Amino acid sequence: MSPAKWNITLKIHRQKQGETPHFEDFAMEVDPDEYVLDAVERVWAFMDRTLCYRHACHHSTCGACGMRVNNVEKLTCITLIRDVTRDGATLKVEPLRNFPVVSDLAVDMGTFYSRMETVDARAVLPIPEAEVEHPPAEWEAADAQIIRLSDCIECGLCISACPAAATSTEYLGPAVLAGAQANGLKRNPELLEIVDSEDGLWRCHSAFECTVVCPSFVDPARRIMDLRRQVVGERFKRLFRKP
Amino acid sequence: MSKPHAIIIGAGFTGTATAHDLALRGFDVTVIERGDICHGTSGRTHGLLHSGGRYAVKDQESAVECITENTILRKIVPQVIEPNGGLFIALDESDLHYGESFIESCETCNIPIEEIKPEQALRLEPNINPKLLTAFLIPDGTFDPLRLALAFAATARKNGAKFRTYTEVKKLIANGKGNITGVNLIDLRSGKSAELYADIVVNATGAWAGEIVETVGVKVPVKPTPGVMVAFEQRFVQRTVNRLNKPGDGDIVLPQRRMVVVGTTSFEIDSLDYVPVIEEHVKLMIERGAQLIPAIASAKVRGKYMATRPLIGGGEGRSVARTFKCYDHKEMHNLDGLVTITGGKATTLRAMAETTADIVCAKLGIDEPCTTRETPLLSYRQYYMQPNEDLL
Repeated sequence: MSPAKWNITLKIHRQKQGETPHFEDFAMEVDPDEYVLDAVERVWAFMDRTLCYRHACHHSTCGACGMRVNNVEKLTCITLIRDVTRDGATLKVEPLRNFPVVSDLAVDMGTFYSRMETVDARAVLPIPEAEVEHPPAEWEAADAQIIRLSDCIECGLCISACPAAATSTEYLGPAVLAGAQANGLKRNPELLEIVDSEDGLWRCHSAFECTVVCPSFVDPARRIMDLRRQVVGERFKRLFRKP
Repeated sequence: MSKPHAIIIGAGFTGTATAHDLALRGFDVTVIERGDICHGTSGRTHGLLHSGGRYAVKDQESAVECITENTILRKIVPQVIEPNGGLFIALDESDLHYGESFIESCETCNIPIEEIKPEQALRLEPNINPKLLTAFLIPDGTFDPLRLALAFAATARKNGAKFRTYTEVKKLIANGKGNITGVNLIDLRSGKSAELYADIVVNATGAWAGEIVETVGVKVPVKPTPGVMVAFEQRFVQRTVNRLNKPGDGDIVLPQRRMVVVGTTSFEIDSLDYVPVIEEHVKLMIERGAQLIPAIASAKVRGKYMATRPLIGGGEGRSVARTFKCYDHKEMHNLDGLVTITGGKATTLRAMAETTADIVCAKLGIDEPCTTRETPLLSYRQYYMQPNEDLL
């Protein structure tokens, strides 16, 4: 039996070239157990073909559909409507903060992706480094050769939620620092100069918003703390290294 | 002589791969896409890098394409692939019986397989159904759909291809002789329209291929066939797990990041732009998935979604061949300046592009060989790192 439908108003951020950003309301009937992205997609399919938004995989592996939903960063493809609004209420959908808006809900990932590239954040990594919780003991020997796509899906939610990122466009941001940490200073010593800088590690003031919104269990805040330890250790070591 | 100009409609797998191929062959390429990269079917592919095992028994043409392309993609774009192999497992007598023709067919198609004992399979993948009767190791893999297309697009862009995303083709432009000479398009970011002319227009819109050519009154035999997939919040396996039997619903489980995805179903639709996820299909995926990996029965669902395959040719659902075809509308409808590439699978995107580019080159009298087999792709991130096209 399908559950009762809800009537909600999608309040969507609109911004076309030369226009002042504004909100546009779309009244629609939804199934509370479908995802926010499904509703956005129906606006495009049936109500306004000029709506611009990013999306691809619809199951949280690509990171394209990050948006602000009722003021909170969400990966819209796995965010149930039931969890973010109620029957008869509104659902505000905006583009991520701290990114240039391309149009409507779509943002430009260029600078962010280039920073991920700068810290050489690995897209695939060996299983032993993937920090899978409770791997069965049997895996280890047999699966030493196995690699997997990394957890970070580069959705940008953490950058949007980060109060430090809001204060400086130059700040590398949580995902980038987490990428550097996962890579490790040992494996890649050149990262030290990149992350040990004003707009690197030290701009983070431990608000932990990144970890709260991360849809992919990366836990950037913990990784940033760990990277600080790595950096301090490395600097200390270099003090005693012969020139 | 100025470079030939190709317009490609669609920035999914075929569009981005064809842009890459044609850019390498010296074309000026403009890709037009109404969303961002992978707006349609491609983004929602479940991400199985086919070894061809799934098709070996019934559809050897597709099987051979798959193993060939699987091997090439592992070399040119390892950045988006989990190359960990897969298992075909038998759970009943019917599966065992199918196994006999499976061994024979994989041999015919040159797909390397290795039969292993149930205990060995369970050592590799402790979460698979412990009642399995036998298993075959096979060179399946998984890939990240968006990043696969981005890697092709990044490399194409570096070689000069222009990507006009958030730009919709309103109609094909025909000249006095009825041949296609360009497209009429609208930039959705500015609302401005323009005409863009080219020596050739490539319709790479997959399941939407029929809609595009309908605007000039012709048809291509593409049958949009959606399927439902369900993602679960735990990575139960490191390899793909397939049921050792003829392709059916919910008989593939594959790992992706911290998830496994079960797919898929197969049904027909009338309207393409929004296809709802059918709840009965979701239940079926959970049930079937749990036959392969029992823990799926009680696992937390992370996402339910669908994608619309562009199947070509006759037949119904599962029996339709998974191969692809590039249609030259000059041959089909005496309509020059337009080709349509559709059908196929994500795994064969490069081959689809090669076939299309071969036909385009032949049509324009250009003698440039395909070099995509041996050209490593740039980092997928380079797509967004390069500047966007100016607004219209």
